[in-house]
Amino acid sequence: MTQGPVLIIGAASDIGRATAHAFAAKGHAIQLAARNSARLAADQTDIAVRYGVSVTLHDCDALATESHAGFVDSLPELPQIAVCVVGVLGDQAQNERDIQAAVAVMRANYEGPASLLAVLANRFERRGTGTLVGISSVAGIRGRASNYVYGSAKAGFTAFLSGLRNRLAKKGVHVVTVLPGFVNTQMTAGMDLPAKLTAEPQEVGEAIARAVAKGRNIIYVRPIWQIIMLIIRHIPEAVFKKLSL
Amino acid sequence: MMLSGWGRYPRLDTRLEAPRGEEALRALLADPLIARGNGRAYGDAAIGAPLTAQMRSFNRMIAFDATSGQLVAEAGVQLAEIISAFLPRGFFPLVTPGTKFVTLGGAIAADVHGKNHHKDGSFAACLDWIDVMGPDGVVTRCSRDENADLFAWTVGGMGLTGVILRAALRLRRVESAWIRQTLLPAANIDEAMDLFERNDAATYSVAWIDCLSRGAGLGRSLVMLGEHATRAELDLKRAASPFDIGRRPSLAVPFDAPSGLLNSLSVRAFNEAYYWKGRSGAGESYVNWDSYFYPLDALLNWNRIYGRNGFAQFQCVLPLESSARGMRALLEMISNAGAGSFLAVLKRFGAQESRFSFPMLGYTLALDFPVNARMLTLMDRLDRIVLEHGGRFYLAKDSRMSAATLAASDPRAQAFRDLRQSQSLTGRFRSAQSERLAL
Ligand SMILES: Cc1cc2nc3c(=O)[nH]c(=O)nc-3n(C[C@H](O)[C@H](O)[C@H](O)COP(=O)(O)OP(=O)(O)OC[C@H]3O[C@@H](n4cnc5c(N)ncnc54)[C@H](O)[C@@H]3O)c2cc1C
Ligand SMILES: NC(=O)c1ccc[n+]([C@@H]2O[C@H](COP(=O)([O-])OP(=O)(O)OC[C@H]3O[C@@H](n4cnc5c(N)ncnc54)[C@H](OP(=O)(O)O)[C@@H]3O)[C@@H](O)[C@H]2O)c1
Repeated sequence: MTQGPVLIIGAASDIGRATAHAFAAKGHAIQLAARNSARLAADQTDIAVRYGVSVTLHDCDALATESHAGFVDSLPELPQIAVCVVGVLGDQAQNERDIQAAVAVMRANYEGPASLLAVLANRFERRGTGTLVGISSVAGIRGRASNYVYGSAKAGFTAFLSGLRNRLAKKGVHVVTVLPGFVNTQMTAGMDLPAKLTAEPQEVGEAIARAVAKGRNIIYVRPIWQIIMLIIRHIPEAVFKKLSL
Repeated sequence: MMLSGWGRYPRLDTRLEAPRGEEALRALLADPLIARGNGRAYGDAAIGAPLTAQMRSFNRMIAFDATSGQLVAEAGVQLAEIISAFLPRGFFPLVTPGTKFVTLGGAIAADVHGKNHHKDGSFAACLDWIDVMGPDGVVTRCSRDENADLFAWTVGGMGLTGVILRAALRLRRVESAWIRQTLLPAANIDEAMDLFERNDAATYSVAWIDCLSRGAGLGRSLVMLGEHATRAELDLKRAASPFDIGRRPSLAVPFDAPSGLLNSLSVRAFNEAYYWKGRSGAGESYVNWDSYFYPLDALLNWNRIYGRNGFAQFQCVLPLESSARGMRALLEMISNAGAGSFLAVLKRFGAQESRFSFPMLGYTLALDFPVNARMLTLMDRLDRIVLEHGGRFYLAKDSRMSAATLAASDPRAQAFRDLRQSQSLTGRFRSAQSERLAL
């Protein structure tokens, strides 16, 4: 595989940064995209100093869907690999009271990321090569009272990635779906997460780079999550609805 | 939450925060705090009383100049990261402790030493400048020329002068990732010290010492010398990619061993086997940098082999003139107690002028003991021997000495205390260790 540039959208996140490091370590040039990307100047230098690769910064708002085609056009080069890390956890209780807040969470986890990857997918398809990576979540596997607004949007995104993979499978373009369980990041700061089930951002970044290299379709980062979700999927709805999860 | 150092003793309650960026760190200064790097100090040096500021988010590299070998990086960057970024380009840390999982902040605050102290000095030797956030939240750049007092007290100051944010350090040029090691057996402590003196020109030197052997064999050791291998001396295959050592497997200790596992019998058996294996393999060989400098790092969480109660390190340095007598007295006390330390290391230090750093001209001995009443009593006795011989103790390893012992061993402690008072540092930067030692 060539060491073409890797685009990271949502690069200010811990998972985004770690993913950038994992690809830069393999010699890829890096394009860091985020809202107000100028604040990533320290990361830009850090990655360039460590790995001796070129790193560029790009503004991108996942919610401004009309700007996505222009954003991709403005990149110095169409990336070889594009990773969309964008997501918003939101506050479930607030989402129940304030429907506009819920809609914002739905848009940031589904509409925005799907729109960005849709634009990239068409360019990659035309070129006939490339890998798209979408970070969804195990929360999208089954809706739970504690976070179904976030979960449902991730479910939409997961289905979108699956469809995209199916569509592009014969076109030389590969799609990787990442379903991390708990990850120790800004999003989960202050939460009391079980250590054995919680990955470090570096683990996620390295797992993504490996999945891309090996052409994997769906990864859970920590394998135990695959088992947990298998169980969760198979609980009969009549039982599931009474559980507090 | 409950937090401990690498020795898992003591475990103390503290509030742990991991500020992201300078602003967030400044906001924490409302409470007395201590910075924490990667928690490789053995005792309570990086446990805040009451607040601990984990520096993991300060982990960016800022600039590298391949001509001078100067790296500018944030304080949370670990030596392991520096090696993986720069060894392939022919650079290695000038000074490194026995684990690569230390942060720059921790290496500076403890002014760590490596196997080359007698030649190159302590970590301070590679520093061009550091940025320190003081009690008022103001960041001051300091070096030997600029704010020289702050620089001198911060290097070796165990985090008690402020939070180190960034540093400029010079790396050493190397031609390969290999070390030419020379292994010299010594039948007892006198022979070992004689070997150190005669091999003063070696870049690296350290001795593994069997502290269970007695009588004429008291302090029998394996002295290990090392030099960075030049490319020309490597075999063709290695010379073709001189920085490639292949993958080194690592193992994790999955659970706490039962506390009695490392008893004097198992240590004795290990020491016996290790010494004779070393003796038979004496001579020259090429060892990769990772196995040479960081043999323990391949065994992740090895601190668990001492069991739940944890363990304590005992590291002292004795002045050159009393080293022979003092080391003998220490080793006799240890072997009589049958308290074999698994890892016992002897090393010659060169001369060092510093405000509060540990090293001085002489010999340093590092040992570890499981924590229990008997061992704690033994360590108190060892303290006394060190005091009688004019030696002092390494705070990065200490977890149990008394304030009186520190005061008796090191007159500089009073000067440091006075400085902290006069600069309003005492109420701002405080660790469980600084409380225990009345710093
Ligand atoms: C296996 C092993 C081998 C070792 N070998 C050696 C050796 O050969 N030579 C040697 O000298 N040491 C050795 N050490 C000790 C180790 O090098 C020191 O304890 C070092 O300070 C640990 O760095 P850290 O980043 O883990 O710091 P921590 O353990 O987290 O902190 C150590 C001290 O540094 C301070 N500190 C950390 N970061 C900052 C910061 N940003 N600003 C201000 N203060 C800060 C803390 O307050 C604390 O006082 C060894 C330790 C282990 C576990
Ligand atoms: N942490 C976990 O346990 C966990 C588990 C499963 C899945 N995930 C997923 O992993 C991804 C990364 O999350 P994280 O844990 O690293 O948390 P995070 O730091 O909150 O990352 C989310 C990122 O999305 C970006 N973002 C949000 N809205 C955006 C928008 N409109 N336009 C552009 N960027 C936008 C944020 O950028 P700003 O910096 O500009 O706000 C932020 O960088 C998310 O998709 C998350 O859902 C996380």
